Amino acid sequence: MMPDLGKYADTVLSAYGASILLLIGLVAISLWRGRRVRAEMDALEKRMRRDG
Amino acid sequence: MAASEKLNSLWSYANPRKFLAVTERMLPGLWALSGACLIVGLIWGFFLTPDDYRQGSTVKIIYLHVPSALMAINGWLMMLVMSLIWLIRRHHVSALAARAAAPIGATMTVIALVTGAIWGQPMWGTWWAWDPRLTSFLILFLFYLGYMALWSAIEEPDTAADLTSVLCLVGSVFALLSRYAVNFWNQGLHQGASLSLDKKENVADVFYIPLLVCIAGFVLLFIALVFYRTGTEIRARRIRALEARERAGA
Amino acid sequence: MIALLLRDLRLAVRAGGGFGLGLAFFLIVTVLVPFGVGPETALLSSIAPGVLWLGALLACLLSLDRIFALDWEDGTLDLLATAPLPLEAVVSVKALAHWLTTGLPLVLVAPLLGVLLNLAPQGYLWLLVSLALGTPALSVLGTFGAALTVGLKRGGLLLSLLVLPLYVPSLIFGAEVARRGALGMELTTPLLLLAGISAGVIALLPFASAAVLRVNLR
Repeated sequence: MMPDLGKYADTVLSAYGASILLLIGLVAISLWRGRRVRAEMDALEKRMRRDG
Repeated sequence: MAASEKLNSLWSYANPRKFLAVTERMLPGLWALSGACLIVGLIWGFFLTPDDYRQGSTVKIIYLHVPSALMAINGWLMMLVMSLIWLIRRHHVSALAARAAAPIGATMTVIALVTGAIWGQPMWGTWWAWDPRLTSFLILFLFYLGYMALWSAIEEPDTAADLTSVLCLVGSVFALLSRYAVNFWNQGLHQGASLSLDKKENVADVFYIPLLVCIAGFVLLFIALVFYRTGTEIRARRIRALEARERAGA
Repeated sequence: MIALLLRDLRLAVRAGGGFGLGLAFFLIVTVLVPFGVGPETALLSSIAPGVLWLGALLACLLSLDRIFALDWEDGTLDLLATAPLPLEAVVSVKALAHWLTTGLPLVLVAPLLGVLLNLAPQGYLWLLVSLALGTPALSVLGTFGAALTVGLKRGGLLLSLLVLPLYVPSLIFGAEVARRGALGMELTTPLLLLAGISAGVIALLPFASAAVLRVNLR
């Protein structure tokens, strides 16, 4: 299954690991902040409507 | 006539509500497509391509290095266009899209730099060399940092949008200047562009097709993230407006 | 316009601080370098042009936030903005005043500090020339940065983050001129590029600075 990476295995794997980690981190932070802001806005809009 | 109508319909996306509605509908598809492209491209590149006769298995890093470098530059270009649209037509969505794109571009720059350093270690015998391409990417990263810092430093949203837009314009000129200055300053180790239109310069076909898939994945991921983050910025702006109204009413 | 220039110069001299501070900073940086890299004369003389350029650049940075800060606090800037003088001219005059009080003294004192770092004898002239051509661009770019951050509390750190990347081309070509001058090499190309950058920056950037200042005064 795993391809033979030869003597550069560490190099290739760490490059992939670091990049994928960074990408996942970016997406996770974006989603997390997006959820929070959306929830906050929904709550605020509900409150505004109730108070008129 | 038709052309101007088309333009008008394009500008209608500058309405935040319409932008949110449309991107909301597009986002699931975009996420799925970009994820699919990335997974297919990276697995293809990682497991199914041969080693390069000179660079060995390190050639597999190209599937991350080239697309991220590409998006680092195109991210800044996109911010430049959005800044110009904001300064000329004053559509809030474009200013917010520029803001949303900056951290993505900065991350892409980091990925390009990190993969480049890891790749450079066995190939050139050093993690870092003050090579023109590497150095100008580092400078680009500094510009991203300054741009984001200015956005977060200013309270008033329209002022922030104006100031960062001007900074983006001036920064673009200087990023370009630095690129040439750095070229002059040091001839480098880095090879030329791997994807020029001149076919002779290109990497071999075995590497080329999965590379294109990866690039498509990065582009789609960038678009999806920009849409999503712009939506977040629009909502954050709306929260501010609602809170201000609430305070004024109370 | 001249009245404004004279006023700024008087303020800078009288308020102390900024005027001597840049020079003192430049001196200290130059003195600290041998402690950091060791006292060998050959090494020092080979890095002297770059170190002197870098020191001058950092010293220039030090007084940037004072360009608009005082006038912003006491409301003079609002008056200047409504005065018949275009804001572009105000910004240019401010940059000129900053250069006269910070850049010019740095240029003049740099050869003296070159002695400390064993600068090669033929390098003094070109160090002087490159700094004289380059520092005006540093002042104008700094004015742009100061205009961006004028209304902010704790804008100083942000100001350096914004301005330093803009200094890269000037630093590269300026230090290159000084280095080649010290080695007695051909230096027309970097000299022309350095002068070109300064000319372009002086001609165009005041418009950006004035635009930014208008936004901040809105």
